[in-house]
Amino acid sequence: MERILPFLSLLSRRRFLGTAGAATLAMASQPAPAEAAAEPASIHNENVALTVNGRRHALDLDPRVTLLDALREHLGLTGTKKGCDQGQCGACTVMVNGQRINSCLTLAVMHAGDEITTIEGLEEDGVLHPMQAAFVRHDGMQCGYCTPGQICSAVALLAEHKAGWPSYATADVASSPVLTDSEIAERMSGNICRCSAYPNIVAAIRDVAEGGRR
Amino acid sequence: MTPFRYDRADSVASACASAREPTAKFIAGGTNLLDLMKLQIETPTLLVDIGRLSLAEIEETAEGGLRIGARVTNSAVAADMRVRRRYPVLSQAILAGASTQLRNKATTGGNLLQRTRCPYFYDTTKPCNKRIPGSGCPALGGLNRMNAVIGVSEDCIAAHGSDMAVAMAALDARVETIAANGATRTIPIDALYRPPGITPHIETVLAPGELIQSVTLPPPPPGRQLYRKVRDRASFAFALVSVAVVVACEDDRVSAARVAIGGISYKPWRSPEAEAALIGAAATRASFDAAGRAALAYARGYGHNDFKVPLARRTLRAALADATGAV
Repeated sequence: MERILPFLSLLSRRRFLGTAGAATLAMASQPAPAEAAAEPASIHNENVALTVNGRRHALDLDPRVTLLDALREHLGLTGTKKGCDQGQCGACTVMVNGQRINSCLTLAVMHAGDEITTIEGLEEDGVLHPMQAAFVRHDGMQCGYCTPGQICSAVALLAEHKAGWPSYATADVASSPVLTDSEIAERMSGNICRCSAYPNIVAAIRDVAEGGRR
Repeated sequence: MTPFRYDRADSVASACASAREPTAKFIAGGTNLLDLMKLQIETPTLLVDIGRLSLAEIEETAEGGLRIGARVTNSAVAADMRVRRRYPVLSQAILAGASTQLRNKATTGGNLLQRTRCPYFYDTTKPCNKRIPGSGCPALGGLNRMNAVIGVSEDCIAAHGSDMAVAMAALDARVETIAANGATRTIPIDALYRPPGITPHIETVLAPGELIQSVTLPPPPPGRQLYRKVRDRASFAFALVSVAVVVACEDDRVSAARVAIGGISYKPWRSPEAEAALIGAAATRASFDAAGRAALAYARGYGHNDFKVPLARRTLRAALADATGAV
């Protein structure tokens, strides 16, 4: 059951961390305490050099660590969120070499040498990225948990559209489609918002696509 | 995930040699494999990462087709202008599957080898002949709404989840592999998948250590190409039923036809029966209905998925009507 509903396992993990004290924090990237104890130690760790938001980090990682857990638990970049941990919600969306991916469904060791951009890497000199500013302006969120993933996804979406990529909403896949609201909705279908802020998310993306502040 | 050794392959030969051990797995995009490893449905002891190999190009072939490297991402195939112009059904099918984030990671070879989304395969508290051979198939009498209706067995009614493969089946794609001993072979996509029979845990004809290097599309067949998918929500959901058609007409009669159906079997279901019914027939809804009946003649539902049989017939009729402009 825990595995089917990741959110329950998150609750039980929090409960465990709360009672077992700070010493166990080092284990936070392990799947679950009982499971970890039953398993033999991993064969060996891997040295991984990750470039995140332009900064190079040398890490010594169990090969099982996902890119998401490496960002959050090892580099302290908690802007990228863990939602479903199975590629269905999009809260963990980051850009790797400019392309958006689900960081929960890839291993950190697979990304040595790649350029990774997270929500923390979008602002420049304290100025919000135009997409971040548009989400604020259009109130493209309610609880905010999915927002970093939505914004990373939206930034990559505009680059994909600029490159002429079609989508399922494109009637003629050989054409370069206009970015209508239905194109935006289809292209954002990998990001779920449980508060259902979709209309404002679409408005924010449309705003940036059309050239920014109006 | 259970512990594993990680090996980043630097050549095809070394990748195949490493992956020869029966508990090794290749990893490329990893979007399906890692999901299953987290659930401990897949428990490889060695992961051979082929992410830095070549195999990432789309090339013209001498016969006028395209060869797609196994590592080309689903996004790159769908966005390739040669694919969009000459094989639009393939672009459409890929874009109908998953989300952009997943398509940016998922590869051509990996998409073909993705495992079923049968809920009992995913639920490790339940028996499943695919996961634990001989343990039984609760889908037969259970919640089988997403399961297959044709070509399957009393041991397993799991459906293959790929959209891409349905278009490739209609296009007569060929899968090119290299084995651990260096031998290469070409497998028609229709022969890649093994019927479940009494061994549903053996899903393809590939041997341990055998790597898909590329998928070749022959020159585009004549006619209009179209992919139509029916699912529970407008985007980012597996097909209940999907149809890939390539159909040409002369003087209001069908002169050439390719039909492949997704969501109904252990593999993308190419239907020579539907194609035979179509060739020479008037391009009318009545003919398309007859083609649907021919395609699904040996189909049967298992309760919750009974609807898939008429839905597949109607989806085929609608796709053919769209592609031919028949009223």
